[in-house]
This record gives sequence, structure tokens and C-alpha cells, in this order.
Amino acid sequence: MGRFILGRVLAIIPVLVLVTAGVFFLIHLTPGDPIDAMMAESADPSVKAALSRQLGLDQPIHVQYLRWMGGVLRGDLGRSIRNNQPVIEDVGRRIRPSVELALLAIVIALVVAFPLGILSAARRNTAVDGAGTTFALIGICMPNFLIALLLIFLFGVTLRWLPVSGYTDPLEDPINGLRSLTLPAITLGLALAAVITRTLRSSLLEALSEDYVRTARAKGLTERVVLSRHALKNGLIPVATVLGLQLGGLVGGAVITEYVFALPGVGRLVVDAVFARDYPLVQGVVLLIALAYIGTNLLVDLVYGFLDPRIRYR
Amino acid sequence: MRRLFSGRLAVVGALVTLIAVVVAVAAPLLSPHNPLKQNLGNTLASPSRVHPLGTDNVGRDILSRVIWGTRISLVAGFVSVVLAAVAGSLIGLFAGYQGGRVDGAAMRLMDAVLSFPPLVLALALGAVLGADLTGVLIALGVVYTPTFARLMRGQVLTIRGREYIEAARALGASGGTIAWRHVLPNAATPIVVQASLSVAFAILAEASLSFLGLGVQPPNASWGSMINAGRGYLRQAPWIVFGPGAALFVTVLGLNFLGDAVRDALDPKLRV
Repeated sequence: MGRFILGRVLAIIPVLVLVTAGVFFLIHLTPGDPIDAMMAESADPSVKAALSRQLGLDQPIHVQYLRWMGGVLRGDLGRSIRNNQPVIEDVGRRIRPSVELALLAIVIALVVAFPLGILSAARRNTAVDGAGTTFALIGICMPNFLIALLLIFLFGVTLRWLPVSGYTDPLEDPINGLRSLTLPAITLGLALAAVITRTLRSSLLEALSEDYVRTARAKGLTERVVLSRHALKNGLIPVATVLGLQLGGLVGGAVITEYVFALPGVGRLVVDAVFARDYPLVQGVVLLIALAYIGTNLLVDLVYGFLDPRIRYR
Repeated sequence: MRRLFSGRLAVVGALVTLIAVVVAVAAPLLSPHNPLKQNLGNTLASPSRVHPLGTDNVGRDILSRVIWGTRISLVAGFVSVVLAAVAGSLIGLFAGYQGGRVDGAAMRLMDAVLSFPPLVLALALGAVLGADLTGVLIALGVVYTPTFARLMRGQVLTIRGREYIEAARALGASGGTIAWRHVLPNAATPIVVQASLSVAFAILAEASLSFLGLGVQPPNASWGSMINAGRGYLRQAPWIVFGPGAALFVTVLGLNFLGDAVRDALDPKLRV
């Protein structure tokens, strides 16, 4: 297991180098002068020159890269050109709503997907299976923003049960905090639930057709025991893989969800930075999101190696 | 072909896709009104015979805008996937055939692209490339390229050691000829399958980026931007959101059915 972990960690190093280089060069992909893109055309040339100096854009490209990398390694991701705040502090202030949203969405996804996926597989080709499959299909084909607007229309505008925008800190005011996160978390959770339901159903159906399940049935075990003790254990491995693969979708979904529900999270920060053409902030936030994504994927890989020993010996 | 359309869902998918393509191509003929023409005397009008899907906040006919939006969605879906399939296949073909350091470097590069959540990468690229349709097409093309590159490389590694490749080499064929004439045609099936499955997701991604404000800019119509514009009027005029929302959902559903059918017909091993 030690060698497996070391191998996975070492494999990340070249990817990290390329990711940081990619984020650095992002600003240089701008057609024309990035300073012109960031500031109004009419801006004073001396102000433009000052910003160019501040961002180091007046230096040769390799010097710019080394300076930027040096800063990244010291935890300095630069400063936002809008409010002159260090990027890392901007992100620090926004991280809690995003983490709360993601955790609540995963809980909702698991609570919805597990019973639905298991029932769909156990009662194949019945009305329950039809409902489960249809739910999965709708969740996969419907974008987050449409789910969000339908939920807002139903629970916010028509029934007026839940707030449709804004954020209350659940640690300061638990009831209103949870209420403010309910619709965003359902939005994000339903899309994830759809994918998990589909995967769980198909992996359970595959497990149920295996010889060891036939043996378990032949021993006289009840269907419930066959399902929970034999089929489900093996059926869960693909679900772990899919959960890992869906992390990217979860982050993308969080960007949209935070935008629709005006949640002050990291996703909303990216969108705001993109439209304000605040490139240092875009670079910093995108790099942090990529690092968090790589780290979580590594964790999923290690957990997967733990769940399925065959992976470790490949 | 018979195998492709053997299932009911495949037929539904093909029909929906065909309708979407016809609507996109014949938009000028099918559109009952000018999609850009404002009528401030008839804003937020509910669905009627004149305006079957109602009008928006500046009195534009929503049905006409949905019809014209079909063009943008299909162009975004197909063009970005074709860009990614061509770029990814060439990278994968070159890396897999060359092997060694070239292969290692190309695959690490693809891993690096895959290290970004797709929507965040597309958003960042779209922001620096420009908030227009071309920027979005390139951004989505970049996001989907690694999937095709890895797929093609895997195929090339399998095919490279086959006897007919040895035979071509023994006959004196150059590396380029072998890659182009013998490896590529035999490695193409999974690429076609992946491309057919990716179009629906590319359409969803374009709609998401348009919803956020990248892509086709107002007053031109795209489904994502129409839905974003309508979200402020959910209470008074929910049809502004429902029209393009339904068009997006049905199109993606149809393309998903068709993609699944292509996969089942060409590569039954991958059937879920």
C-alpha cells in the first residue's frame, strides 16, 4: 500500500508543474494586450503602465513565470486588481459556503440515489425501476441552472417555502442557514444523484447475475440478505469510481448554483472575476480550484485502491 | 444501420436530432417573427396564437428566438466535439505511435488539462479568448480534447503490435503512411462512439456558459442566455424560461438516446 501511495503522489508532480504553467500562461492567451483587456480603453496610460509593472508584464516572460511561481510556492497568488486584496484572502473568505454547499449536496445525492438505485435493480422492469431510470435520465439531461430555476419557481415563487437567493451562515443561525442552502444543495445534489442512481443500478444488476449470488440464493438466503451482504458490496466499487469522476461536474455545478442563488462562494468568485476581467484573481482562484480538484482526485484514487486491492497491484 | 435503429429510444433520439437539425437549417423559414424585433407595447405576453411561447421582457417572440437558438446550440455541440475529436485523435495517434518521451510528455499535458474541472477551465479560457461563440467553441474543444487523445492513444498502443502493421513496415511503408492508412482507420470506432456521446454534453456546456454570459452575446439568441435573461421574470412570465429550457432538455435527451444507440451498435461491449 505504501508503494501504491508513493507512486500516485509522485505521478502528480509533473502534472502540477504543467497545471501551474498553464494557469500562468492563461493571461497571455488574451488576444492583444492583457492590460487593455483588463482596463477601459480610455484609462490613463500611466495607470496602465503602473498595472503592467505591478503584474510584472513589463518583464521578459521567463522572469514573469519565475516570479509568479516563487509567489505561488510562498502562498502568494497575487492581488485582485479590483479591490487590491490578496487572492488567497478573497478565497479564504468565500470557501465556507462552497464547502457547506458541496457537503450538503453529496448527502442529498446519496440519500436519494441509494434507495432508488437499489430498488431499481432489485425490482427490475417494474414501475419502481421505470421511475428510477426516468429520474436518472432527467437528472443527466437537465442542466443545473434549469433544475435551479424550476426549484425556485416551485418552492420559492409558487409555494414560498424557501428563500431563493442569499446566504445565512448555518453556524450563526442554523435554521435559516439550512433554509438558505436547501434549494442550492438540492439543485447540485439531484444532478449527482442521477449519475449515482444509474451507476448503482447497472453495477447491482451485474452483481446480481454473478455465480456467487446464485450460490447465495441456492443456500436459501433471503433476497434482502443476498442483496445487502453479497451484491451491494461489489456493486459499490463502480459507485466510488463514479463519485470520483463526478467531482469535476460537482465543482462546475457549484459555480452555476452559486451564481443562480447568489451564494457568496468560490464559484461565484470565479464568475465575478471572469466578468470583471480581473485576471490575477481568475488565475489564483482557478489554480486553487485545480489544486483542490487534484488533491481530492488523489484521495479518491487512494480510497479506491483501499476498496479494491486489485488496483494496487496493477 | 438496422442495428443502430433497433431500439425504440434510438428511433426517438434520431427523430429528435433530425428535427433539431431541420429547425436549425431552416430557421429563417420556420421562424414566425423576427427574433430580434422588440415590441415594447407587448412585453411579457403569455402564450397565444400569435406568440405560441409568449414574448420576453422587450416583446420579442420567444418561439422565434428558440428556433434561432437551435442553430447556436447545434453548432456549439457539433463543432466543439469535431475540434476536440480531430485534435485529440492527432495527439493520441502521434503519442501512441511515437512512444517514449513524446508519448509521456503528450499524456502528462493531457493529464494537466484533465486536472481542471471542465466548466471552470472553459470559463477561464472563454474569458481570455473573448466572450463570443468562437471563444466558447475553442474553450470546449480544449476541454474535450484529452478524452479523445487518451482513447486514440490506447487504441494505437493495441494496434501497433498487430501483424498487419508489421507487414506494412516490412513492405517499406513510412511511419506516417502506417499511422494514417493502417492505424487510424482501425482505431476510429471508439472515437466515433465517444464523439456521439459528447455532443449532448457539449450542448449543455455551451448553454451553461451562455447562461453565465459567455458565448453568443445579446441581442442574438441562445438557449442559455435566454434562460438567464428570463430568470428575473419567473414570477410574472415563467414561459421565458420554460420555452428554451424545454428545447434544451428535449434536444439533449434526444442526442443522448442517439449517442447510446451509436455506442450499442458500434461497440456493444460498452453497453451499460
